[in-house]
Amino acid sequence: MDYFAQQLINGLVLGSIYGLIAIGYTMVYGIVGMINFAHGDIFMIGGFIALISFLVLVSLGLTAIPVILLIVLLVSMAITALYGWTIERIAYRPLRHSFRLAPMLSAIGMSFVLTNFSQVSQGARVKPVPPIITGGYTLHEGAEGFAVQLSNIQILVVLATIVVLALFTWLVSRTRLGRDMRACEQDQTMAALLGVDVDRTISMTFVIGAALAAVAGMMYLLYYGLVDFFMGFVAGIKAFTAAVLGGIGSLPGAMLGGLAIGLIETFWSAYFSVEYKDVAAFSILIVVLIFMPTGLLGRPEVEKV
Amino acid sequence: MSATSARPHASQPSDSAFILKKALISAAVALVLFSLMIGIRTEAGPEGNLIYWTRFGDLAAIVATVFGGSIIVELLRQWWGPVDKERIVPKPVQSAMSFAGRWLAPALLGFTVLVPVIFYDQRYILDLSILVLTYVMLGWGLNVVVGLAGLLDLGYVAFYAVGAYSYALLATNFDLSFWVCLPLAGILAALWGVMLGFPVLRLRGDYLAIVTLAFGEIIRLVIINWQSLTGGPNGVSGIPRPTVFGIPLDNSDDGLAAKLGIEFSPTHRLVFLFYLILAMALITNWVTIRLRRLPIGRAWEALREDEVACRALGINTTTTKLTAFATGAMFGGFAGAFFATRQGFISPESFTFQESALVLAIVVLGGMGSQLGVALAALAMIGGFELFRGFDQYRMLVFGIAMVLLMIWRPRGLIGHRAPTVFLERNQAISSDLVKEGHG
Repeated sequence: MDYFAQQLINGLVLGSIYGLIAIGYTMVYGIVGMINFAHGDIFMIGGFIALISFLVLVSLGLTAIPVILLIVLLVSMAITALYGWTIERIAYRPLRHSFRLAPMLSAIGMSFVLTNFSQVSQGARVKPVPPIITGGYTLHEGAEGFAVQLSNIQILVVLATIVVLALFTWLVSRTRLGRDMRACEQDQTMAALLGVDVDRTISMTFVIGAALAAVAGMMYLLYYGLVDFFMGFVAGIKAFTAAVLGGIGSLPGAMLGGLAIGLIETFWSAYFSVEYKDVAAFSILIVVLIFMPTGLLGRPEVEKV
Repeated sequence: MSATSARPHASQPSDSAFILKKALISAAVALVLFSLMIGIRTEAGPEGNLIYWTRFGDLAAIVATVFGGSIIVELLRQWWGPVDKERIVPKPVQSAMSFAGRWLAPALLGFTVLVPVIFYDQRYILDLSILVLTYVMLGWGLNVVVGLAGLLDLGYVAFYAVGAYSYALLATNFDLSFWVCLPLAGILAALWGVMLGFPVLRLRGDYLAIVTLAFGEIIRLVIINWQSLTGGPNGVSGIPRPTVFGIPLDNSDDGLAAKLGIEFSPTHRLVFLFYLILAMALITNWVTIRLRRLPIGRAWEALREDEVACRALGINTTTTKLTAFATGAMFGGFAGAFFATRQGFISPESFTFQESALVLAIVVLGGMGSQLGVALAALAMIGGFELFRGFDQYRMLVFGIAMVLLMIWRPRGLIGHRAPTVFLERNQAISSDLVKEGHG
């Protein structure tokens, strides 16, 4: 039971990270109708920028951890958001009216560019960071000496996710930009006729998605204590799986799917085999798409001629 | 989407102030983007702690390059006009091109057949041409799936892997010869194609792409982790070399050289491998060309153009997709078996997603559906990779940039264009674009 509770905590933390990335996929898919294949790599870039800015701040002599973390968060969100904007501008916008597979292929190319850009610019080796936030609580001392731990960093990840999600939900449901985004999702041509700047709205979608991915990247860095140039690929596919599982296009669905994937992966590693945890995640993607193509919270898609 | 396609390009002022402003903005964006990623280099230090050093010189150089490049691109764009404009090619150029087009394929084939004769002494060129031909074959195989049937398959390398491991395991465990294993490898790969295809082919384009990608990764992960069967990350070594229908190509008394009474040379095997892959690739090509003229091939092309219309016409889309998938997978399996016998050693590292993307890029570059285009694209792509051999870490970066630029510049591919084999000569008054989703 204690073991189960511990895995539940770990799964929820991992799921929060996946959920944050999945929102970027689901938002872009909802509005532009393409799979932003490079989104996983945006997450990786976010992790790297968090790492570098953290390193710079520490070497500048800053010691107050909360201040550092806040600055790092803002810097990595801002710069990663600019990456998202630039990528949309360079690789996707010229293709918006091209044939069906073109944006997807361009996105795959962009994913290679980002992966190899960070490999070339930052080296291929894994970058470890010393644990920044330590300590935690023991929730329950088990009889066999197994204690359920809740570390501070886990609390931070979940709290940050909740705060960011609250902000994001407010943005989508209450602001002008959010309304424009929902309008573009329903019908771009009509939205344009009614005075919505479609280009700008799509740009902002990528910017917001990238900023959320940056939060996820920073949380990943804090939680696992390392980044490497290849981590975006697998995390990206899993987050996409989460988006599909939750119903692509649905924002609460993406978070729900993220949590589900995080839990499934953690429990699979805990009770079955660590080696096959990615296989389990990918198999879920296939199974979900076959039996439940609309996902948990998605709307059925009507095919029109 | 005709309402939003009037882009703002046309109305932009073309004076130098505008260009300068745009270049300055680009440079500023580049400065922010690269400030941390290039300006500061991190590395794990000797004691496991992180160290960093600055590279502001590189950063300045890159920002300056972006500034200059932005000006040049903008000038080129004004000189060249809008990207999607129809360009009229002068008549003589047109006729010259069609003449070249007619004779290019036979000339290329003739040259290819003569490569081992011309470059008999140059092992490097022989090796490289075998590699190129392997990719030509893979490209032609994937072309059936992507180019003809219009199904985006991002996990093609899975079938390549199935073929390679089928041959490797059958040959090392059961001593079966290459010529027995080759069809088996193809059949097994096709079987996997059907197994994957049957449930997932109902999915639409990009979902299908992701599922095939996931499948490719699953196959690779299973190969890595199922150590008792596949040897895991260590791979399978000691895979038997191919024989000329049972006669080994070695220095022994039973070898081909001894039987023919000529002096043994290791080049014989290379030449044999070259003709083997050439024959396999040409069979792939021939089968594809023949299939295109059968009802099934016509159905593939129809499916690519419009799936809903296909269904309305009574084409069974599931079986049509499935045959395309299985055919493509089978050729991938053949190529995999050849790869295994050529290398003598295979490991999961050869079957990563990058490989799938490379083959896909060849098909896309070749114009999705054009056989000659795919062959030329394979030559250009693998040749290009060889040019970047010295800059190993940059070549995937350049590959990615090239893929993005290609999509922007020529989304339909560099060489070919994909006209259906049969189509109406007369234009219809209303195109299907106009009646889509209430735009008409």
